[in-house]
Amino acid sequence: MPIKIDLAGLRKSFSTDKGTLAVVDDVSFQVGDGEFIAIVGPSGCGKSTLMRMIAGFIPPDSGRVLIDGAVRTQPGPQGILISQHGSVFPWLTVQENLMFGLNTVESTSEKIAIANHYANIVGLKGFEGAYPHELSGGMLKRVEIARALAVKPAILYMDEPFSALDALMSLRMRNELLKILGQERHTVLLITHDVEEAIHLADRVMVLSPRPTRIQATFDVKMPHPRKLTSPEVQQLRQAILKELGVEAED
Amino acid sequence: MSRLRQFLPGIAIIVLLIAAWWLIVTTTRSVIFPTPWRVVTGTVELIRDGTLWMHIGASLGRVGAGFFLALAVALPLGLWMGWQRGAYDTLNPLFQILRPISPIAWIPIAILWFGVGNASPIYLIFISSVFPMVVQTVAGVHTIEKRYLRAAENFGVSRYKLFTQVVIPAVLPQIIVGMRIGLGVAWLVVVAAEMIALRSGLGYLIIDSRNAGNRYDLVIAGMIIIGLIGLLLDGLMRLLEGLKMVRWRYAH
Repeated sequence: MPIKIDLAGLRKSFSTDKGTLAVVDDVSFQVGDGEFIAIVGPSGCGKSTLMRMIAGFIPPDSGRVLIDGAVRTQPGPQGILISQHGSVFPWLTVQENLMFGLNTVESTSEKIAIANHYANIVGLKGFEGAYPHELSGGMLKRVEIARALAVKPAILYMDEPFSALDALMSLRMRNELLKILGQERHTVLLITHDVEEAIHLADRVMVLSPRPTRIQATFDVKMPHPRKLTSPEVQQLRQAILKELGVEAED
Repeated sequence: MSRLRQFLPGIAIIVLLIAAWWLIVTTTRSVIFPTPWRVVTGTVELIRDGTLWMHIGASLGRVGAGFFLALAVALPLGLWMGWQRGAYDTLNPLFQILRPISPIAWIPIAILWFGVGNASPIYLIFISSVFPMVVQTVAGVHTIEKRYLRAAENFGVSRYKLFTQVVIPAVLPQIIVGMRIGLGVAWLVVVAAEMIALRSGLGYLIIDSRNAGNRYDLVIAGMIIIGLIGLLLDGLMRLLEGLKMVRWRYAH
């Protein structure tokens, strides 16, 4: 498996009124092409800062981000960030949103065809002309994912994408994401605080330490999809990850 | 039915006020202050000889010219100041000083520069409505949520697309608020501006009615018409808030 993302010695600190706040402290890891990595960590540990550095939105203080062996300095359509609060444009219709990133496609009819194809994939058929404020939270999330998929990004950066949804919708979205990833191969970097979600989706789960954050432990998830979340292996892994996070399971 | 109930108190207070006015004028036997009925007959007189439409047309024409001129300047200027920190830092102090100066205070200078023709009131309307529209547009650009700009950056869109599909639509609701304020002030100012030396417009009608024979029925008729047209103009602006493209902002 060729290396898609190669991180070496990433560090980041912010200056505040009270002095310098170290947020990310020496993070290095590699992600293979088509691999699904989940990153879990305590809240406020610097997960989002790490993700934004990898996606190219903020430069690291030191260290480097290599994508396909080339230094990443700015964000681009080859790696789309999907964040917790979403960024579907409320002033564009679903279809216009899905067409937004299609810069390299020349003809409008082709853009519409691509937009409709991805609307279909995420189950938004019939809602192409709707405005975002007419949609539910789960449907908005689908628009967000479809808009990202439409530009065929090599990498999806997902920063707590489903945490604003209710438990049932979150589970449903996970299953749909897995289904889509079965059809279209993407390298995925998922940040979550939901350990079960991480085990459900990822090939590898990395646990971050509290701030300034570094990788504290790595777990390979070898179970084949579809994964049964109630299976003893999943439960065992879950306990182990929770223990790393400093949460002792009750049972 | 519930809509009727909603409007009923508002209509009742107006009816009550007119009744009180009528009562007071008849009991005091005022020779100069007109009864509501004389205002109505005065209005009919103005409609019959066609002068009312002429005055309304003149006022609306001046407001239209000044307002759209101001809009044409305020939009690009506001977007530029909102987007470029340097432009904001350079122009904002000047605007903050100019903004609180009442348009009425500009009258002498307007006459000096533009004479007593149509250009003076148009200039005054321009001055009065350009600042609120610039301020709202700048505020609109400054409050665009970063997540939208980040998404646009992520998809690597051109500068043209960034402006036409992200920045301008994001600011549009604020621009509409600015336009409402701007048009409201413009309508206030046109009447004052027409009181100077012109031969037409609702402001002229009011001053002329008083000067030429104390026709206070026409003065009050003019005032009421100004109020009604102002309400209508605001209503037209509010229609813009119903556009699907901006409904997201007002929906909550």
